[in-house]
Amino acid sequence: MLELRKITKRFGEVLANDHIDILIAEGTIHAIVGENGAGKSTAMRIAYGFYTADSGEILIDGQVRRIESPHDAIAQGVGMVHQHFMLVENMTVAENIVLGAEPGSAASLDLSGASQRIRALSEEFKLAINPNAPIETLSVGQQQRVELLKALYREARILILDEPTAVLTPQEVEEFFAILRGMREQGKTVVIITHKLDEVLAISDEVTVMRDGQVVGRLKTSETNAAELARMMVGRDVLLRVEKTDAKTGTNVLGLRDLRVMAADGTPRVDGISFDVRAGEVVGIAGVEGNGQTELIEALAGLTEPSNVSGQVEFEGRNIRDAGPRERKQMGIAHIPEDRHRRGLLLDFDLAENSILGVHYRKPIVSHAGVMLDNGAIDRRAREIIKDFDVRPANPALPARSLSGGNQQKLIIGREFDLQPKLLLVAQPTRGVDIGAIEFIHRKLIALRDAGCAILLVSAELEEVTALADRLLVIHEGRIVGEVDPKVATTEEIGLMMTGGHK
Amino acid sequence: MKLFNELVFPLIAVIAAFIVGGIFVLIIGDDPLLTYQLLLGSALSWPDGIGYTLFYATPLIFTGLAVAVAFRCGLLNIGAEGQLYVAAFAAAWVSIKLGGTIVKIGGTDVNYSWASLPAVLLVPIACLAAILMGGLWGAIPGYLKARFGSHEVINTIMMNFIGIALVSYFTQYYYKVPGDPIMQSAEIGAAAHIPRLGSFIPGIPTRLPLNVAFLLAILACALVYVFLWKTKWGYEIRATGENPSAAEYGGIAIRKQIVLAMAVSGALAGMVGINEVLGYRYRYYDGFSASYGFTGIAVALLGRNHPVGVFLAAILFGMLIRGGIFVDAFTDHVSKDLVEVLQAVVILFVACEAFFRGSFNRFGLLRRSKV
Amino acid sequence: MRAIFNYTLIFSMLRLATPLIWAALGGLFSERSGVINIALEGIMLAGAFTAASVTYYAGNPWLGLLAGIAAGVFIAGVHAVACIRFNANQVVSGMAINILMVGIPAFLGGAFFASTGSTPQIAKEHLIPWTPVILAFLMVPVTWYVLYRTPFGLRLRAVGEKPEAADAAGVSVKLMRYSAVLISGALAGVGGAYLSIGQSSLFTRNMTSGRGFIALAALIFGKWRPVQTMLACLLFGFTEAISIQLQGVRLPSGEDIPNQFIQIIPYVLTIVVLAGFIGQSRAPRALGLPYQKER
Repeated sequence: MLELRKITKRFGEVLANDHIDILIAEGTIHAIVGENGAGKSTAMRIAYGFYTADSGEILIDGQVRRIESPHDAIAQGVGMVHQHFMLVENMTVAENIVLGAEPGSAASLDLSGASQRIRALSEEFKLAINPNAPIETLSVGQQQRVELLKALYREARILILDEPTAVLTPQEVEEFFAILRGMREQGKTVVIITHKLDEVLAISDEVTVMRDGQVVGRLKTSETNAAELARMMVGRDVLLRVEKTDAKTGTNVLGLRDLRVMAADGTPRVDGISFDVRAGEVVGIAGVEGNGQTELIEALAGLTEPSNVSGQVEFEGRNIRDAGPRERKQMGIAHIPEDRHRRGLLLDFDLAENSILGVHYRKPIVSHAGVMLDNGAIDRRAREIIKDFDVRPANPALPARSLSGGNQQKLIIGREFDLQPKLLLVAQPTRGVDIGAIEFIHRKLIALRDAGCAILLVSAELEEVTALADRLLVIHEGRIVGEVDPKVATTEEIGLMMTGGHK
Repeated sequence: MKLFNELVFPLIAVIAAFIVGGIFVLIIGDDPLLTYQLLLGSALSWPDGIGYTLFYATPLIFTGLAVAVAFRCGLLNIGAEGQLYVAAFAAAWVSIKLGGTIVKIGGTDVNYSWASLPAVLLVPIACLAAILMGGLWGAIPGYLKARFGSHEVINTIMMNFIGIALVSYFTQYYYKVPGDPIMQSAEIGAAAHIPRLGSFIPGIPTRLPLNVAFLLAILACALVYVFLWKTKWGYEIRATGENPSAAEYGGIAIRKQIVLAMAVSGALAGMVGINEVLGYRYRYYDGFSASYGFTGIAVALLGRNHPVGVFLAAILFGMLIRGGIFVDAFTDHVSKDLVEVLQAVVILFVACEAFFRGSFNRFGLLRRSKV
Repeated sequence: MRAIFNYTLIFSMLRLATPLIWAALGGLFSERSGVINIALEGIMLAGAFTAASVTYYAGNPWLGLLAGIAAGVFIAGVHAVACIRFNANQVVSGMAINILMVGIPAFLGGAFFASTGSTPQIAKEHLIPWTPVILAFLMVPVTWYVLYRTPFGLRLRAVGEKPEAADAAGVSVKLMRYSAVLISGALAGVGGAYLSIGQSSLFTRNMTSGRGFIALAALIFGKWRPVQTMLACLLFGFTEAISIQLQGVRLPSGEDIPNQFIQIIPYVLTIVVLAGFIGQSRAPRALGLPYQKER
């Protein structure tokens, strides 16, 4: 039994966990649900000793335990599988599993003995993992099972799984759940962190709901339903409806013919995609994350090495496959990247300097002799974006780092909208953004569509793509597996296509 | 408040350095206070102290700016030392070849030169030679990073050794006056000399080696400021240094920026050659640099990679070098090596500063050797 | 030409490669744990100066060697604290230590021995010209074994490759990196000591003259692996031996062979290797990155 009592954790300004109490009963599968940023992962990382709580205590089997490092947690029988796998890619499965709990003496590492135990564990829990395989040769699903083995090898009684299904296809999810049920039968306790309600209902015995750093409820799964959980998660009924009229479509803006994108290591990520996006419509792409969406958008934005892209990318009838990002921006292709910290912002630059990224080299930002920056023009542009997109605080001299996620996103969206694009590539526009900003961003996107812009939208939130898109394409393993009308298609239907099982 | 924040850490670093240095002085049985009094007094006396301080600061302004420009692009240029050597040699070579240098060997005059240009042509050409050669020597590791992703830190270190060996070879085998026991080139033509400040500013004695290159250094500070913060090129370099992925997304060719920043960096380091060859020694002297290139790292860090800061930090280090020579001569045990200890401690402290500011992202591109 | 290639040359190569091997193996421990060690040069200087001073005073090279190791560990400790405790930029910290170690020996030597930074001559019977050579070549398989066949080595490699994975597995990243950098200091300290009380008989100002950097080059050339690194050290030791042998040798045409071209061979080779012309040299993935938990 694992219990968190009055745990509080603060990161700078943000109160990630606010006096939370979580009780996990032995031998159960317990789900912890909540929106992004609700504090689920933080709470469980505290239980695993990855973070130390500012206050509060952790009890295992009714005893207060000091867990100040993963080492302590492991000693108490707690194991954790992180959302991003904690595996050293160029080492073998066995090496990864024994790391930190090595068999043999300090002078000699007994890997062959360990391999036998790993093989036995793998068979016991039906994981089918070869201990001698290097991690980099394994699929995502296999790597996840290595993570499970790592915890089992350490004789973990309590397994914490952080968003374990985010990277899995629905079939893999089924297999994975079967493994978890098997573990429960062997007496293990499983904690699964997720924001997917159908999975909560499918796998868990009990569920704890978190919102804004607090625990808002603990329920028996058999006595609740998706609607109730959703209401608790967001604090109101989730009815993601976007006010919009039918699309008035114009000519073809973007045409893809047999587009293929390769990863740097030569594996295909986008595998022969063809579709069109017309002026005045939103084309949505639905799919499990990691099925080529990122690579598709990056390639369309000109951010992929041209040698890794083949097929045709037609923009207003011209093949622009080999054009660079600057050329594409000049043609009228704007891009709201999926990861605003990695791609979208210069975090230590001020808002004014961020507002000119991408147009910094041309008029009116550059004035004299085509070289000197015009501070007046930069300031005017920044203020305009800040005003039109309600960026707060409204001070162009602040570093972008100091803004909240929602305001950072609004700044990026403002900057890209200001290009008056003919085509907008937009990925995960509302990830990590508060509810108010989400509605604002959705309205702005629809307004841009109504002004005649062609929009290609990728989002991991199925609800978001169905609400915004006029046409919905489903992607699976780098291929478009079907197109549906988002107004009539059901979640089940789309979900089935996302598995690649249905055409 | 912002200015205060910018100044407080460098000041702590300098004070810490003086404390650590003081402990070393105590260990060897001298009086730290007396030593520092002597050091600062000799560096700030007028005119010789200040004159020499500024003279020693001149190369450090150039190398400090060089390191700072590379830093702003997220690159660590450890190669300023090599860049300034090849540049100084290039300046000397041009000034010999086009400056009408004639050398007496065994009683006969041997003409080392191709032409004898007037000063108005020769000086700019020689300066340009230093700038271009330094720029080239910087651009090579820049290109290697942009093209092959090889780490500029290692390559600039390697280029230091290669550059220094090559110019030593050319000096030894081609441009030394036969029989000269010193590893130095023949003297450059008089038309290539740039004037000492004392020759046209009243009140400054002409015996001070402080020369026009110091004014060039001030000009370079101003130009670097304008370049980095007022031009689109500077914006692109800084954006690349801050976040290469975002820069790429903003349509900035980051590989080009890496080469450009390293070339500009090398060119600035190369300007040391102007001070050394055209303004001071009037010849290429093998091994002339008192680690100016490496001290430039300290200058840039202490000066927060900003031209104004670099200028102030270079003056401080100029004072240390000037004072160090005095301390060497006028104390029982303390040698001028004290200056290196002070420098090193300053760098160590400034290097740890990121921790106290809670920011790790100051070396953007450095985090990945593959672009 | 035949006169040049003889046993003397081989012995010369082995002795010249020895300080490189010690320093490069030191660098290997540090860098495989994820800490860039450009400070090898400075650590070697610390080892060389301390070993020479202590040997001179104590009349015992083994005491001198131990003192050299201690000095190396101490200076590496400064680098470790800066890099691991304070997340300093590792290259900058390393450069600072190199500058510091040009200064301190000269400063102390100048005061204690009334010289411009060198120690007095050490009597011939107090030198250890061969033992460190033999030990250096023994250290190569030892390093290999530690790295690939012990729990310590497994953790070391994990910490340098993916520190968050090691952390999650309950391995202390800081502890591993501290040990690695301190080991690095001990080994490079031996390399430095060998220079002053093995190869020559006194410490002179800046006597490493870039050997720390050549060792680093050898480490890169050897792709951060022990045996390959040793081979690279032998190659670089060989070029140095050749360049010493060729001094004063004249070509049939009467010209001498420019030493400088032989000296730069290691540096040129390193650039070529780093550019990927001779196989890829992949650094440990977390090299140079301070470890901080993600938020």
